[in-house]
Amino acid sequence: MSRLKLFIPVFVFMVMAVMLWRGLYLDPRTLPSVLIDKPLPEFELPRVEDEALISKADLPDEPFLLNVWGSYCLPCLQENPILMAAKEAGVVPIVGVNYKDKLNLARLWMDDNGSPFDFSIMDADGRLGINLGVYGAPETFIVDGNGVIRYKHIGVIDYKTWDEEIMPALAAVKAEATL
Amino acid sequence: MRRLPVLLRLLCWSLLLAVGAAVTTVLPQPAVAAVDAFAFETDEQQRRFRQMSDDFRCPMCQNTSLTGSSGGVAEDLRREIYLMIMDGKTDYEIEQFMLERYGDFIFYRPRLTLETVLLWFGPLLFLVLGGWIIFGIIRRAQPLAQEQVALNDEEQQRLKALLDNVKRD
Amino acid sequence: MVPELGQFALILSFCLCVLLGTLPLVGAGTGNQLWISLARPLTAGVFVFLSLCLLILGYSFVTDDFSVQFVAQHSNSLLPIQYKITAVWGGHEGSFLFWTWMLALWMLAVSLFSKAMPDDFVARVLGIMGLIGAGYTLFMIATSNPFDRVLPLSPADGADLNSALQDIGFIIHPPSLYMGYVGFSVVFAFAIAALLSGRLDSAWARWSRPWANAAWAILTIGIALGSWWAYYELGWGGWWAWDPVENPPMINWLLGTALIHSLAVTEKRGVFKSWTVLLAIMAFASSLLGTFITRSGLLTSVHAFASDPTRGVYILGFLGLVIGGSLLLFALRAPLMKSEFGFASVSREVFLLANNIILVVASAAILLGTLYPMVYQAVSGGELISVGPPYFNTIFVPLMSLLVIFLVMGAISRWKKTSAAYLKQQLRYVAIASVVLGLILPLALTLEFHVGASIATALGLWIVLGIVQDIRLKIANKPSLLAGLRSLAVAYVGMQIAHFGFAVILLGAALTSIYSIEKSVLLNPGEGVDLGNYHFQFDGTEHLSGPNYEAERATFQVLRDGEFVRELHPEKRVYVASMSPSTEMAIDAGFTRDLFITLGEERESGAWSMSIYIKPLVRWVWLGSIIMALGAIVAVLDKRYRRLRVKTLAQEASAPQTSPDGSGGQTVTG
Repeated sequence: MSRLKLFIPVFVFMVMAVMLWRGLYLDPRTLPSVLIDKPLPEFELPRVEDEALISKADLPDEPFLLNVWGSYCLPCLQENPILMAAKEAGVVPIVGVNYKDKLNLARLWMDDNGSPFDFSIMDADGRLGINLGVYGAPETFIVDGNGVIRYKHIGVIDYKTWDEEIMPALAAVKAEATL
Repeated sequence: MRRLPVLLRLLCWSLLLAVGAAVTTVLPQPAVAAVDAFAFETDEQQRRFRQMSDDFRCPMCQNTSLTGSSGGVAEDLRREIYLMIMDGKTDYEIEQFMLERYGDFIFYRPRLTLETVLLWFGPLLFLVLGGWIIFGIIRRAQPLAQEQVALNDEEQQRLKALLDNVKRD
Repeated sequence: MVPELGQFALILSFCLCVLLGTLPLVGAGTGNQLWISLARPLTAGVFVFLSLCLLILGYSFVTDDFSVQFVAQHSNSLLPIQYKITAVWGGHEGSFLFWTWMLALWMLAVSLFSKAMPDDFVARVLGIMGLIGAGYTLFMIATSNPFDRVLPLSPADGADLNSALQDIGFIIHPPSLYMGYVGFSVVFAFAIAALLSGRLDSAWARWSRPWANAAWAILTIGIALGSWWAYYELGWGGWWAWDPVENPPMINWLLGTALIHSLAVTEKRGVFKSWTVLLAIMAFASSLLGTFITRSGLLTSVHAFASDPTRGVYILGFLGLVIGGSLLLFALRAPLMKSEFGFASVSREVFLLANNIILVVASAAILLGTLYPMVYQAVSGGELISVGPPYFNTIFVPLMSLLVIFLVMGAISRWKKTSAAYLKQQLRYVAIASVVLGLILPLALTLEFHVGASIATALGLWIVLGIVQDIRLKIANKPSLLAGLRSLAVAYVGMQIAHFGFAVILLGAALTSIYSIEKSVLLNPGEGVDLGNYHFQFDGTEHLSGPNYEAERATFQVLRDGEFVRELHPEKRVYVASMSPSTEMAIDAGFTRDLFITLGEERESGAWSMSIYIKPLVRWVWLGSIIMALGAIVAVLDKRYRRLRVKTLAQEASAPQTSPDGSGGQTVTG
């Protein structure tokens, strides 16, 4: 073996070590959405509030937030005040997707905590959730005026997330709409 | 200390017997898997269902397949797969369904794309590299081997001469 | 007060490790006999204080000392005593202490069983292990102290041990796995000591072999126990998931296999020296990598401890220093290691080398698959892919098949030169028999042709018949079969046992993957279902109250071809405290097949959903592992490794230092 070849193992190892070091600062858990820039899936489901059947056509014509929630979901409770504040300020319409929940429990939750939603779509068997690539509440989508998904946030929304992620993304979507 | 080898042997045997017993005994134990009671018309459908349930990753779990996960979105996805199989959809169509909603993350068998060429052909590359190394080592070992043979011949002569001397004495 | 003693003992262990890692090493380099002689006592000291740490932590658990944070996180006053003790390794801090203690245990073993080796060499070996120990203890003191307290407001009771861990598998799997994993630091230390001293002869290989074999055998058992535990814990028949935390011990095992064979060649033929040293470094690197992956949160796994990038950075830094340094040393010193002999292009050396390469390629492939998602995420800017069992099985199975083919050829070949004609002559009938039986047997037993099953059967028989043939050749000239068998060298017998065990694993793993069947059904009490040759009759359920749960206990009559086999009683439980349901599967374990039933849910109609599994030959996976480990241990017990001690005995006996009454001088120890 020529002398230089003997240094190959050290070299290979160092490259691997650098890769591993970089890897430590990645988050392998948050699954980015593959539905960005794709249209919202079609659906025909009842509303939580009055059980009236609605479909994609009944969604707002302007950019809005689609928030996936459930009465069983603790982080959803945590982000409720922030969404309520957004509703008070009239910043953006919020439509809820009540994911794999029971109708009476959902209504109870909204009565107890207040509903930031214009209305909530009842997705009792989780089919709409699957079509949205949801894997657990809470998840929040930003949908533009044409019914196209433009952004997805997974997990609870705290004040920091609202200011640093949601609002800028929303502003970008709105800016495009006016072009 | 001199008895140690016997003790060591005893220890090894008993340890192995214990492990052997443990491995073959049966204790009631909690299981994690979920059970769906889907009715299939043919065994082939059941087999396809199990195969796909094994090969798709549960999006919300800590690295488990759809088979190994109880509740939540995994349950829903298994139901969807069942319905699609009964509906006559092909494996490819079902995979596309998953891909459109969850991306490549959901495939435990990574698709062969430009980005995964290194992954799929890497091992073959390693094997070829390994083969090249072996040939190199064998080639380098040849002159030494022949040298030995030659030496041995020479040594044989010397040995013979020595033996002849001994015999004479 | 007591946990503080543990803290103190930990710090003391660190100090002793530092001393051990410096003085004897320097002493060996400069010839300072005093410093060299410090190695064994310092090792004993490290062992004593780390044992104290472990005992104190155990004591804290047993006495429900919830002021210790680790105890509060992983125990509970109602936890049964055996789980309180084993909870010591139920979380990161405690299990790392346990890991470090294992290192101390191996160090002690080396210091006790090394009388045949020169003192300066042993000093180097212990010194290097001391350096490793220093790194581990410093890590604990700095980032993962098991003795951290929660004061002044200690919790009244603990958070309890994860219910999945309250199980016998948890009692035996981590200790054996850690013992095997850590054991490779011994042969690593031997390799580094050899590089440092420039002494790399076949004596070094002979000294290393028992340690390598022992670590390998224990690791084999550790991995097998993990697989067995997962099988009945998970309840859907899986026994190996290629999970990112499972893969490093497998890589370690593969490299370890390559290492023990390479050591054999180096000892007997004086070749492959630098390759063997490199393998020793790589095997140890894989054990460090394992601990890194498990504890750093780098990859998603069911087994991972709670992640913390700080810890990850520390372990990575340690990994970089130790392995980077070793590989650098290797690059600088390897040219000193010259092969003494050559070998022909068809010889035992070549087949062993080929299999070594295959094992390393398999390890590299598994590593590639394990780390690829992380690299992909980094390079693609956040996109995630998954690499799972379909990939690993596709890569691993062909490689292992190739390995099996060479295995038999290598075992029958002679050292240095074997004529291809000789090989052909000896193995011709073995090959034919294997192929023919491979085609016939599965067909005869299942009445269906399956390519994979035939290949697997042929490969398994190739090994077994190859063993039979080789033994036949060896005892051909002996008066009787018994005499022949008794004349076989212990190490040789060990090798054949281990290879036989490997064949058993191969057959079990392949055939259970191919022939397992299952059915999920909805049954009302009184209904039954057929699966394979069996009939499962559901007799209904009865309510049962356990100590901390309520359960529905089902009764099944299992019949085979109409004849009663046994009853099975799976349960569906609801634990009162957490209100969480859990299902207890009922297994009928057997040598030729496992049957098991897992209950699902009760419907309003009174029918129950359930899954029934028949898994042929699944136990062969673990039984084969035990046999394989047994083979390695038998080989270690070969007297050859104790020959020098006997020689020393003989020398001392004839030494001119007896007193007039004939009593000897020193009594020989060890």
